[in-house]
Amino acid sequence: MKDAFGTPQSLLILGGTSEIALATARRLVARRTRTVWLAGRPSPALEAAAEQLRDLGADARTVAFDALDSESHEETLGKVFTEGDIDMVLLAFGVLGDQERDEDEPLSAVRVAQTNYTGAVSSGLVCANALKRQGHGSLVVLSSVAGERARRANFIYGSSKAGLDAFAQGLGDALHGSGVHVMVVRPGFVRSKMTAGMKEAPLATTPEAVAEAIEAGLRRRAETVWVPGALRLVMSALRHVPRPVFRKLPV
Amino acid sequence: MSADTVSVTGWGRTAPTTARLVRPRSYEEVADAVRACGARGGIARGLGRAYGDAAQNAGGSVLDMTSLDRIRAIDAEAGVVVCDAGVSLHRLMEVLLPLGWFVPVTPGTRYVTVGGAIGADIHGKNHHVSGSFSRHVAALDLLTADGTVHTVKRGEPLFDATAGGMGLTGVILSATVELLPVQTSLMSVDTERATDLDDLMARLTATDHRYRYSVAWIDLLARGAAMGRSVLTRGDHAPLDALPVRARRAPLTFRPGQLPAAPAFVPEGLLGKATVGLFNELWYRKAPRARRGELQKISTFFHPLDGVPHWNRIYGRSGFVQYQFVLGYGKEEALRRIVGRISQRGCPSFLAVLKRFGDGDPGWLSFPMPGWTLALDIPATMPGLGSFLDELDEEVAAADGRIYLAKDSRLRPELLGAMYPRLGQFRALREELDPRGVFTSDLSRRLSL
Repeated sequence: MKDAFGTPQSLLILGGTSEIALATARRLVARRTRTVWLAGRPSPALEAAAEQLRDLGADARTVAFDALDSESHEETLGKVFTEGDIDMVLLAFGVLGDQERDEDEPLSAVRVAQTNYTGAVSSGLVCANALKRQGHGSLVVLSSVAGERARRANFIYGSSKAGLDAFAQGLGDALHGSGVHVMVVRPGFVRSKMTAGMKEAPLATTPEAVAEAIEAGLRRRAETVWVPGALRLVMSALRHVPRPVFRKLPV
Repeated sequence: MSADTVSVTGWGRTAPTTARLVRPRSYEEVADAVRACGARGGIARGLGRAYGDAAQNAGGSVLDMTSLDRIRAIDAEAGVVVCDAGVSLHRLMEVLLPLGWFVPVTPGTRYVTVGGAIGADIHGKNHHVSGSFSRHVAALDLLTADGTVHTVKRGEPLFDATAGGMGLTGVILSATVELLPVQTSLMSVDTERATDLDDLMARLTATDHRYRYSVAWIDLLARGAAMGRSVLTRGDHAPLDALPVRARRAPLTFRPGQLPAAPAFVPEGLLGKATVGLFNELWYRKAPRARRGELQKISTFFHPLDGVPHWNRIYGRSGFVQYQFVLGYGKEEALRRIVGRISQRGCPSFLAVLKRFGDGDPGWLSFPMPGWTLALDIPATMPGLGSFLDELDEEVAAADGRIYLAKDSRLRPELLGAMYPRLGQFRALREELDPRGVFTSDLSRRLSL
């Protein structure tokens, strides 16, 4: 069960090697979290992440999960929920793709969309239904500012996150009153291995800062969290910039 | 029997979960509801005054017991009442005071049920004299997981597991409660100020035995030399001859006043350090340095907050946390340290009280033990509060103290065994009585009770 501050005792991470997710797990394990499930494609990195959490005192287990294989989500994730209540699900998987290449290779663009959106729809619904049966729990969805307004430079990734963001908002409204809390997290540019070598955007942040914002959001039972918080203002301004101007902005 | 799926929280309004709320109106309907509980079990709920998650059950059933509100029998000679578990202490006072009887123990609110009072084994300002509520319960009827009703008498193991057992041994259906005779419905109250924590402890230690009721409001924001400054209010039921002549004609009237309810929406952070600091300053200054024999209404003396319905809303939608611990006599150093840390940290608490407990109570999970108990409330949004209270828990556990489960919403489960040495016994009895875990609450899940 979550405590008065929304800190979970058990955590399921979809995308178990995500740096943001692991920073969040480390932070929550230091507080109350004892059981952590890392769902992801079997890999040494996934096992290493579990090992690292075990060193911090958590009972960390891995489960084979492929975002692209929607058919399997019901079975693989359903099994996790039969082992005991899950207080928080962190939907953290996602790929950035390579915008230039993806524009030339539609099939690789589709992979980005399928991972970030379709995979999240199926696994998100499976988890939401399981949480609903429990009558409690938080579903935390890692969206992105890139989904707030599609940019020339990364609209394939951005549009997949826009779909995910809209899906998560709607799901949150559908689950209102069911005891399940859905929180959409919109980080800006996060310095991580996913963005290594890329040019940093203004208001760049770190996985640790996102983790801290997630913990604070759980405490407030927030529905939307921007990281850093100033992005909320920046994006609400950018949203209203006319297309001809927005196109030319160096963002 | 009506049933709705609703979001449920405790009085602190933190950690809401959703459950099927059923409202049984008879003992048979309670048995039906327990049978129909399903895999996620059920838990009885009274008036929802437990601060944390004791009367919540995510995904399962919550049995609203307040429709079982019949007073079955009153023995006005011996001072004994037999009533359903859903009867509130408020109702008992309305009925019993005109007959010259008072409830044996009342907490800071009248709006608790008899079932809840036993389940949490509540205490009041008279603990140092009278012990906890369950000490005055001669017998109770308990519906256990197998669907049978047991009449459990004081002193039996099942009674001691149920007193303070947070509803996890079964559903209390009715109870036989022994009452306190009173001549009037007024209180004779002595008020005095203490300038700091040491002064307060000295005053309480020296003269508490002279009073049936004793408590001190403590200003936890005061720092330095004023740390722990407080207002002591102690007293007893006023005898008839203490009343002015005119009042003696109707000495037992019970008319608690009521103010308008707190609004449904209150902005977050209304109760910060500045507002609470100002309140505490005024509250301390307003109190007389020493006043003897002031006549006060029962509601003024025992239940000032009941005057504002839904006062728990003033903390905004994020709610608040109550923190109450007890430290044994001889652990005054640890108490000083904890009060010092709270005051250093600047926890904006305006409802903090310190009290001396008498002997411990027989309930296996009963909270009181001989020593000092401090209760305070803190807005849940205060940054870093979770880890701060964890640190205080460590101090409390290291000094062989404990945390009150009826108020808890955040304790680290690993510490529970050290705080409640009879926990193993409790778990074993529950394993035997309720192997499928029919009686389950968010509290029992969180702490693996």
